[in-house]
Amino acid sequence: MEINKVCYRALHVPNSWTLDAYQSIGGYKVWRKILQEKTDPNKIIEQLKESGLRGRGGAGFPTATKWTFIKRDMPGQKYVVCNSDEGEPGTFKDRDIMRYNPHQLLEGIAIAGYVMGASVAYNYIRGEYREPIARMEAALAEANAARLLGKDILGSGFDMHIHNVEGAGAYICGEETALLDSLEGKKGLPRFKPPFPAAHGVYGKPTTVNNTETLASVPVILETGKYGNYKIFSVSGHVNKPGNYEVPLGITFRELLDLAGGMLDGKKLKAVIPGGSSAPVLPAEQIMDMPMDFDSLAKAGTMLGSGAVIVLNEDTCMVELLARISDFYMEESCGQCTPCREGTGWMARILHRILHGEGSKEDIDKLDSIASGIMGHTICALGDAAAMPVQSFIKHFRQEFVAKI
Amino acid sequence: MIKLEIDGETVEAEEGSSIIENADRLQIPIPRFCYHHKLSVAANCRMCLVHVENSRKPMPACATPVAEGMKVWTKSKEAVAAQHAVMEFLLVNHPLDCPICDQGGECELQDVAMGYGRDYSRYDEPKRAVIDQNLGPLIATDMTRCIHCTRCVRFGEEISGQREMGATGRGENTEIGTFIEQNVDSEVSANIIDLCPVGALTSKPFRFKARTWEMRQHPGIGTHDCIGANIYLHVHNEQVMRVVPRENERLNEIWLADRDRFSYTAVLHDERIRKPMIRKQDKWHVVSWVEALKYAISGIKLISQKYGAENFGALISPSASVEEQYLLQKLMRGLGINNIDHRLRQVDFRMQEAEPLYPTLGVDFADIEKQQAILVVGGNIPKEHPNLALKLRKAVVQGGSIACINPVAYKFNFDLLAEEITGTLIKSLQQVLDVLEQKSTGTAAVNKIAHMLRDDSGDKLIILGQLALQHPRAAELKALAIRISNITGAKFGFCSNGANAAGAWISGCVPHRMPGGHPTDEIGKHAGEMLEKPLRGYLLYGVEPEFDSVFGNKALTSVSESDFVVAVASYTSESIKQIADVILPIAQLVEMTGNYINVDGIWQELRAVTKPFGESRPGWKVLRVLANMAELEGFDYTDVSQVTDEICEIECAEKFVQNTLSAEPEEINNLKRFAPVSLYAVDGTVRRAGPLQQTADANLEPRICINQNTAKYIGLADGAYASVHSGGYHVKLKVLIDTQVADQVVIINQANRLTNPLPAHLTSVEVKQC
Repeated sequence: MEINKVCYRALHVPNSWTLDAYQSIGGYKVWRKILQEKTDPNKIIEQLKESGLRGRGGAGFPTATKWTFIKRDMPGQKYVVCNSDEGEPGTFKDRDIMRYNPHQLLEGIAIAGYVMGASVAYNYIRGEYREPIARMEAALAEANAARLLGKDILGSGFDMHIHNVEGAGAYICGEETALLDSLEGKKGLPRFKPPFPAAHGVYGKPTTVNNTETLASVPVILETGKYGNYKIFSVSGHVNKPGNYEVPLGITFRELLDLAGGMLDGKKLKAVIPGGSSAPVLPAEQIMDMPMDFDSLAKAGTMLGSGAVIVLNEDTCMVELLARISDFYMEESCGQCTPCREGTGWMARILHRILHGEGSKEDIDKLDSIASGIMGHTICALGDAAAMPVQSFIKHFRQEFVAKI
Repeated sequence: MIKLEIDGETVEAEEGSSIIENADRLQIPIPRFCYHHKLSVAANCRMCLVHVENSRKPMPACATPVAEGMKVWTKSKEAVAAQHAVMEFLLVNHPLDCPICDQGGECELQDVAMGYGRDYSRYDEPKRAVIDQNLGPLIATDMTRCIHCTRCVRFGEEISGQREMGATGRGENTEIGTFIEQNVDSEVSANIIDLCPVGALTSKPFRFKARTWEMRQHPGIGTHDCIGANIYLHVHNEQVMRVVPRENERLNEIWLADRDRFSYTAVLHDERIRKPMIRKQDKWHVVSWVEALKYAISGIKLISQKYGAENFGALISPSASVEEQYLLQKLMRGLGINNIDHRLRQVDFRMQEAEPLYPTLGVDFADIEKQQAILVVGGNIPKEHPNLALKLRKAVVQGGSIACINPVAYKFNFDLLAEEITGTLIKSLQQVLDVLEQKSTGTAAVNKIAHMLRDDSGDKLIILGQLALQHPRAAELKALAIRISNITGAKFGFCSNGANAAGAWISGCVPHRMPGGHPTDEIGKHAGEMLEKPLRGYLLYGVEPEFDSVFGNKALTSVSESDFVVAVASYTSESIKQIADVILPIAQLVEMTGNYINVDGIWQELRAVTKPFGESRPGWKVLRVLANMAELEGFDYTDVSQVTDEICEIECAEKFVQNTLSAEPEEINNLKRFAPVSLYAVDGTVRRAGPLQQTADANLEPRICINQNTAKYIGLADGAYASVHSGGYHVKLKVLIDTQVADQVVIINQANRLTNPLPAHLTSVEVKQC
């Protein structure tokens, strides 16, 4: 099995984050070609469609389709926004793209701008990512100096101005519309959709928001015509070699676990959260031979999400873990809409009571009913993200909750 | 139009409209908190979730546009489950102590909880408590009750254009408030009380005074400006407890200025007069009505016989009802007295014969928002006519442009296309005219203004503000505005002082016109002549000379030097007691019945909602009996409606001469004073409205406002005291350096105890260090 062929293809090169290193493995070749040949954007979209590339931020929306929402010849300013706010607990794939292969991301952003006729792009980076921010800034300076970005790039007449923007640490700003608010200098609050960003994005202009991994994949996919089905899994938890693994989708969990060096200390697997902390948990017996792809996981009642695989061994207290997860969502709720603002705190408080032996029998069902009260009733997906772990933990590990009471 | 189904019923709906708009039209109840038809859609409370066929989750009815063939269920299992869930979340941290909440009984949360809530709370965790902020004298806060619907925030952002409230913090720590603890200072601030669906923002003066179900609601109108906002008075035990807006799309929509909302607090002020009084040997005696009336009429007669009718003058408040105004002039003219006026703040009376039948805005008030271009000359509109400012803002929001020529770069609640900041309003307006006539070019701002007015893409309007109307050369400003409007096709108008200046003009409360605007044979003295040099006798009808006239204390002196003064008033004061010989107490605004004619010429009736205070009587009755005692013909009214009918039957004049004054050159030699009136000093009622007087806008301690250049020139520092001299009078005031003021301009408020010694009709002032 080939691994690390797309976003991580530069890992083996020393100082892979520099322009020279990137160009030594064929970096910016696609970009130069597009500019030189003035490639028909529809052709690029066609290629992406064939590759089957789906959004890597969590929702898995087909990238080619998203790119058709904004037409190149639409009048007025258009924007591309790269969502590098990677805040979902357990996810750290974009961090390493920006640390080790920042130029490939820039190339991907530039191509997206070319396809949609956007001359300005923003890369909104999670504020805590100090090293990635520094690497992105250095790469941007190099690319600008080499005239690979900026005004009238390589004499093509095409402009692409990319700006790195630092977030300030709010999880909610990873939600695309809250990100847009934050980008505009406002407090990051998700916007009600419709209108979608394609119609009303940054500063009210048509905007495409893509995940870092999605955009960074584009140059390789266009160059090779392959790898549309590659995905990075950030494996964390009780494994011997936690880390990022860029592998083909559909790999079974067992294979992924092997790549990650197996269970830490040889302990037994208890459960896996397959797509970041908001994804419903699956118990060991269900996950072991599960193909890790969008559809299989959806069928099993959970989701691939951002590909953050959190591995939990037999010693894990599911009540404590859920209380910790619920604390996170209470902390990160933006407070705009009622169910999430009031419900996340309510759930967290009940969970802490249960954890401290102060729970009552009714609390478990109450938790479940609070979660369904939030589910599907909020402006953005944070409400669902807070509700899904609660529902799935209770569904699969009710006994552990009962035992605490 | 498209067709959709709501609860199984096929309905037609406008494309682009939301589900909730259509449900409201069809009276299908959908619970909501954040949605408000006058505000943008926030979709944050989630209470209006409904079930839409083929949608995988419930949709907010407020934010979901209708679509052809859409099927909406507002009461399906899914919809109700979502509504119940949201209701429960809203109550999680909301105190469940309605009996001690001021909003109890008129609380949207309470009402909706009756329909969608449980009968017990499943929430056993500690509840959130929020520290209150002091928002000033008008709005009480109980922020623990806040449900974060953000209506108050959106009101500031969208309607008033003054972002005073906002949301800080995140998640369950989200708090609504002013970002830094401070008063909410907007002149329309209290509308957030009405908008707040819960008891978080309530009326401070009304707090814990009465329950809604104890009060009776009576329609009324605001009587402090010529717009005549529609209100409801809530009355309990013969006392007005509070005022709330009454919807009128043509005038105030659903908004109220704080002035109209809180002026009721003056109804039972300590200075209300309980009984008629006369002064004998410099002592005040309470007397019977008959004695007082006899004393008054014989005094008036005596003065007119002894010194001639031309030596007696009657001044009436522009906020008296049209019936009172009509009867006063009828009484005076019956006695041969032609000195009648209501224009107490006017300085320039030239070309008064060219005034129209009554002052208007030139366009209907409701059409202000449709104007493409508006030029404001000499006015701080938000602090003069708050409701007009909301309309101006609407015009800008809808794409119109507003520019102004002002002595101060006032902070408006809308963006300006251009502003010419100058002490010479006439000169600048003349320049606009010159540019339009292609005689010369002006400053950048003047050119922009001319360009804006020349543009033919829509309706245009020129509005004169209070500073222009009080200008010693106001007639020239008007003439210029008229000439510009003739060239450009712009309409021209202004908001007059008081609530019923239109009524005063129509009923003949001006010295040069009879009722209906017909010319009189004998033109009497106007207010300026009556107050600048003393007459032998006065009748003051609802007028406090030092506060209501531009002459300040000088007016008081003129009146006090006369031989006989009749004060017909609701309130007395130390100075009234010093100058008057007889005081006739009349009903206050909420105790009387009468009509007001607003700036659109609309007659609006005010009906008594409580009994008159003490022995005071409705003003029209007092005037009728005075006339009866003077044995005048035609005063046999038994009901005020007979007076109204008589006025309505008057055929009004239609043609008036043109104001063709040409403007003389204007220069500032030394310093020029502009004298604004605080919006809470415009009449005796608001001056006694306690809560309004505690606001910043009351400006109880006015400063000399000058800019840094002027200050440097005179040698004044911020906060230092300076003495201001004008026409032989002087006052000592603190200096405020305000960079927004034009060069060589001094701003000193009038109608204030501290500044009244300085007559405001004189604009040339000298400022010295002291």
